[in-house]
Amino acid sequence: MKTIIEVANLTKKFKDITAVSGLSFTVNEGDVYGFLGQNGAGKSTTIRMLLTLIRPTSGSISIFNKDLVTHREEILRQTGAIIEKPDLYNFLTANENVAFLSKLSGKSVSRKEVLEILKMVGLSERATSKVKTFSQGMKQRLGIAVALIHDPSLIILDEPTNGLDPQGIADTRELIKNLSCQHGKTVVVSSHLLSEIELIANRLLIIHNGKKIVEGTTKELLDPSKTIVEIDTTDNIAAREILLQSEFNTAVKKLKEEKIILQMDRNIIPSLINFLVKNNIGILSAETRHSLEDYFLSITNPGTNVEPATI
Amino acid sequence: MWNLLQFELFKTFKKPRTYIAFAAIAAIVFLIQVALLINGKEYVQFILSSVDETLIIPYAKVTNGYWVCFVILNLLLIHVPILVALVSGDIIAGEANAGTLRLLLTKPVSRTKLMIVKFTACVIYTLILLIWMAFLALLVSILLFGTNDLVVAKEFELVQIEKADILWRYFAAFGFAAVALVVVAALSFFLSSISGNSIGPIVATVSIIIVLTILSEMRIPIYDNTVKPYIFTTHMLGWKGFFYISSNTDGQTIPGSISNLPAILKSLFILIAYIIIFTGSAIFIFSRKDILS
Repeated sequence: MKTIIEVANLTKKFKDITAVSGLSFTVNEGDVYGFLGQNGAGKSTTIRMLLTLIRPTSGSISIFNKDLVTHREEILRQTGAIIEKPDLYNFLTANENVAFLSKLSGKSVSRKEVLEILKMVGLSERATSKVKTFSQGMKQRLGIAVALIHDPSLIILDEPTNGLDPQGIADTRELIKNLSCQHGKTVVVSSHLLSEIELIANRLLIIHNGKKIVEGTTKELLDPSKTIVEIDTTDNIAAREILLQSEFNTAVKKLKEEKIILQMDRNIIPSLINFLVKNNIGILSAETRHSLEDYFLSITNPGTNVEPATI
Repeated sequence: MWNLLQFELFKTFKKPRTYIAFAAIAAIVFLIQVALLINGKEYVQFILSSVDETLIIPYAKVTNGYWVCFVILNLLLIHVPILVALVSGDIIAGEANAGTLRLLLTKPVSRTKLMIVKFTACVIYTLILLIWMAFLALLVSILLFGTNDLVVAKEFELVQIEKADILWRYFAAFGFAAVALVVVAALSFFLSSISGNSIGPIVATVSIIIVLTILSEMRIPIYDNTVKPYIFTTHMLGWKGFFYISSNTDGQTIPGSISNLPAILKSLFILIAYIIIFTGSAIFIFSRKDILS
């Protein structure tokens, strides 16, 4: 598989603060690469280094098998990006933003192409409106249009769902999936929400305090056989006793805040619920969580009382 | 490069603040012209009150379009730098503050090229502003007041330039003023490159100009030879040199002559050196800067 991004021993120091420390990772062609970490973990600093906004203190970045320092313009011509919030020219219209910024990326686009991309992000009816009249969600979508207009091979999106409503989040998710599946684009997407990333990424990197914690495929890291299930029933004590005497006894982990916690293959969850119902236990709620989520939370929120899971 | 420059100019002239300077110049020139149209004679009498008794001054001839333009330039060329800073102080810092700088820098354009283009946009804006001023101050004044010989005061003497020998001097003076104003644009451009918001560079430019102009105008020996020859504000008024004409031994003015051309060229050289220093420093600093906005 072709490597698109190769980062080796990347470090960035701001005076006494080390924002990124010895970070190494690779992104392959066609990947939707999830870049996870809590706020301040070093995600944006890393992304800014990938886009040459920040100079690394040490380490190397190679994109499309070319050194980023010596082939900057060539690489950026094939890259589209949104960094944090998409700040566009508020005093220009959506049309003008897309057309001019596309030109700067090396591609002159026709009015029809501009309208097509605006249609794709649901802004065709506001093409001639000034950006200052847009909501945050609309600006986010316009930012995506600007990132895609010059048909880049690599798309880097830093927190692309920030400020979007639930429908906007779902649309962005679909868009990212389509870019990878239907158009063969490589997408790097950062977020502080695992739940967001796990729905779209095929590979994940978690960083914390500027250091790599774990990297791998979503399949490996989000192993469905290790799904955590939290069940709240009409009688949790009785339910737990019944479960301990059943075929589910090895799955039961503990009672936490009056709930029963089990670790099991997610495919068995319907059988578990059927079993409890047949034993006259009413199900009030059943919530699933991956072992990685526990792990992620234990790293990023040390105060929470969650045991790290084994990955 | 052309795409980038086109975009810079498009952005600059889409902002309402760009037109503040044009409106301000139009208002000031209009006010001066109206005042001189009504009270021109009294104004000349006031200026020449010390020689009024010894010379017969044809006031109607003196208050012509060329003279009005000279008065306007004297009053305006000190204040126009403030208007120049409105755009050039904002051109980088404004984008850093709005977050669009990082958007621009993720495009395949080198930082040096971006800076050259931004500075070129500042220069174009400055030149257009100056052309606007020339149009209002010279052309409109000629239309309103007509033309005649120009009488200007030089230190303790009066210089009379023949009507046919004036227009080229104005073109040369405006050319010189363009270089002087580009120095101001370069200064605020430099300050803009090291700032995160546009108010700072604009206020800093205006403050520097005020302090240095006061220093240039002060007639105190300690500054005369040590500081004044090196500060750019001293040389910004070098355009007046084009209106100081040479005389022969009989005291007759020589048409087409300039009494101290080397001084004008020296001032021009110093101003250009300032432009290179400010712009070069801005490009050097910016190309190594981490974009954190």
